[in-house]
Amino acid sequence: MKKKNPIQAFFASVKLTLFVLFMLAILSIIGTVVPQNKPAEFYVEVYGANMAGLFQTLDVPDMYSSWWFTGLLILLSLNMIVCILERFPNAWRLMTMDNLQTKLQKLERMGQRRLFSSDMSPSKTTEAMKDIFARKGWKFQQKSQDDGTLLFAQKGTWSRLGVYAFHASILIIFVGAMIGSFWGYKAGVRIAETTTTDTVYEFGTQKPIKLDFMVKCKRFTLTYYETGMPKEFRSDLAIIENGKEVLTKSIVVNDPLSYKGLTFYQSSYEAYQKLLVTLKNNETGVSKEFLIPPGEEIPWTEEKVSFGVINKQMTATPGHFRYKVWFNDNNGEAASMWMEEDSTSSLQRPQATYTITLKEFFATGLQVTKDPGVWCVYFGCTLMILSLVVAFFFSHRRIWVHVSESGQGSRILISGSANKNKVGFDTTFAALTESIQENEQIEAASGHAKESS
Amino acid sequence: MNSSQLLGVSTLGFLLASMLYIGALIFRAKTVSLVASILTLLTFLVLTGGIGLRWYESYQMGFGHAPLSNMYESLVFFAWSIVIFYLVLEFKFKNRILGAFAIPFAFVSMAYASFAKGINQEIAPLIPALQSNWLIAHVMTCFIGYAAFAVACGLGIMYLLKRDGKKEKTTGLIGTLPALKIIDDLIHKTIIFGFLWLSVGIITGAIWANSAWGTYWSWDPKETWSLITWFVYAATLHARFTRGWTGKRIAWLAIIGFVSVIFTYFGVNFLLAGLHSYGSS
Repeated sequence: MKKKNPIQAFFASVKLTLFVLFMLAILSIIGTVVPQNKPAEFYVEVYGANMAGLFQTLDVPDMYSSWWFTGLLILLSLNMIVCILERFPNAWRLMTMDNLQTKLQKLERMGQRRLFSSDMSPSKTTEAMKDIFARKGWKFQQKSQDDGTLLFAQKGTWSRLGVYAFHASILIIFVGAMIGSFWGYKAGVRIAETTTTDTVYEFGTQKPIKLDFMVKCKRFTLTYYETGMPKEFRSDLAIIENGKEVLTKSIVVNDPLSYKGLTFYQSSYEAYQKLLVTLKNNETGVSKEFLIPPGEEIPWTEEKVSFGVINKQMTATPGHFRYKVWFNDNNGEAASMWMEEDSTSSLQRPQATYTITLKEFFATGLQVTKDPGVWCVYFGCTLMILSLVVAFFFSHRRIWVHVSESGQGSRILISGSANKNKVGFDTTFAALTESIQENEQIEAASGHAKESS
Repeated sequence: MNSSQLLGVSTLGFLLASMLYIGALIFRAKTVSLVASILTLLTFLVLTGGIGLRWYESYQMGFGHAPLSNMYESLVFFAWSIVIFYLVLEFKFKNRILGAFAIPFAFVSMAYASFAKGINQEIAPLIPALQSNWLIAHVMTCFIGYAAFAVACGLGIMYLLKRDGKKEKTTGLIGTLPALKIIDDLIHKTIIFGFLWLSVGIITGAIWANSAWGTYWSWDPKETWSLITWFVYAATLHARFTRGWTGKRIAWLAIIGFVSVIFTYFGVNFLLAGLHSYGSS
């Protein structure tokens, strides 16, 4: 065996893997006990000035992106890369090798082997063996040699890739995470109903990021269960590009909106002490939207109307209110009526009929994420699951049958090996060799090969 | 009849089955262990009915969702997972003694769900964050993994009981346990199974987090502890595959791994949440 240089030996060792996994497990605990990413004063208050100073020096408040934690992840990656590079060539050789070159001496010494004798000629015996094994799904390759005929079949050859694909999948996830952290960002924005914005603010730094399109919050609705628990936060969003609405979608917590690589998530909301009122004169068809504080008289000068919200009451549904609306168009007596939140009513006046819509005024809080690496991460995750199944539950099983002339009949040597799940393979091998004896002309030979099985 | 009655009966059923399994082990009575197995199977059916009925009842209440949404429901499902995992294991390996080391976990989970303080048994509607199809996929995969790790821990305890210094105890009560080599192999297979499902559970959680919050990984204590658990079992598998660790050391790792599972499950909710609320208030 080639002598390795010490650096390669260090990175190729599984002791390093065990050490890194152990350290990652232990050190990860710190960040679950010490709250992460709080303002500096928080740590001074909770842990005292000295301890807080130590924490800041060691990046404990943001430990999962600290140099030492990242360093461990890099060490783990290097460890995996070197192990893959060092071991894969041999696995590839075992997958692609010509197993018909296997020497008879090697077959005679294999862990799983059984010897049989047959009354038939070697060529007939070979055909019989091919038949029996084909019924069990083993398709033989064949080669004639001086000392007889060698048959070979294998199953699950590709399963040797499983363990490499698994470790590669972790590296792919890391690459996806790096793409996300270099070329992506997470930001937040608050958009009041009916308003539009093109700027979001990066988390942490609050740096403004300008989008190349506009986002409008048409409406935010908050609904409750009868118990008073919130049921749904829904924002009706629209994407506006060059003055045109190109996309509209109602988003809820588990159903975001994606546009041009950005995804908008419902993350919070804010209630203002204001109401959004729409008035429409049904005769003229003129309508206008007003954002009003309660308790004030609001003029609609174009229509010579004034109105206001003069009272507020809780309804039977918790968190749901009704409002008393006052209305005057200087034709007859001023009117007032109760309206449920988020409802529409019509008001009959001597000169015209008005439609009034009223709802509480909210701003929706959106999280905005740009993560071009997420597909890489998902690909890595899919590969991880598939490769784990392959690595754990499939094995490379190989069977050789050597048929040679012996007296009037033939001598049959069956050998087999599996790279994993040896107990399972032993059972398969025993069942296969049992089924051979169903052919009346073949019987187990009391040769030296039998005692091993 | 309602779901809580069925779940109550199941708790009793698992208590009785645990006692029978342990009794069968102590008195080496084969018939008793057969009765224990039949009782476990029947109780499992009652429990399945109870979970199904609770699911149905939530629809009757007008906000139907799978009964996997809070601590109580998850404990019940944890017990369910342990039992189905154990029953498959018993059927596959034809060994009833394992029951004495597995069914008590299911009983403890059910009893804790029913009697512990601060565990709300009401069927409640889902908060917006939980309204997702990923809820079922994520919780189920995690708990299949947890159940396998619980059984691996039981097997680890069994291994350590059977082991006598460097030798194998073959006499007395402990002598009736399966051979060390068999227990060792079972621990290994169970951990592999659990590791696969834990991986799927973490991944489904990450995908869900990304669709709800826009980030597939945020190092919150729950996520981090699930990863710590994953590291522990990953290290266990590497130690076995490449360094040839077997026996006592793997048995201990199966127990340590389960401690980490329990911490991921309860510790984060009760202990760390406590620390955090202390810290922020």
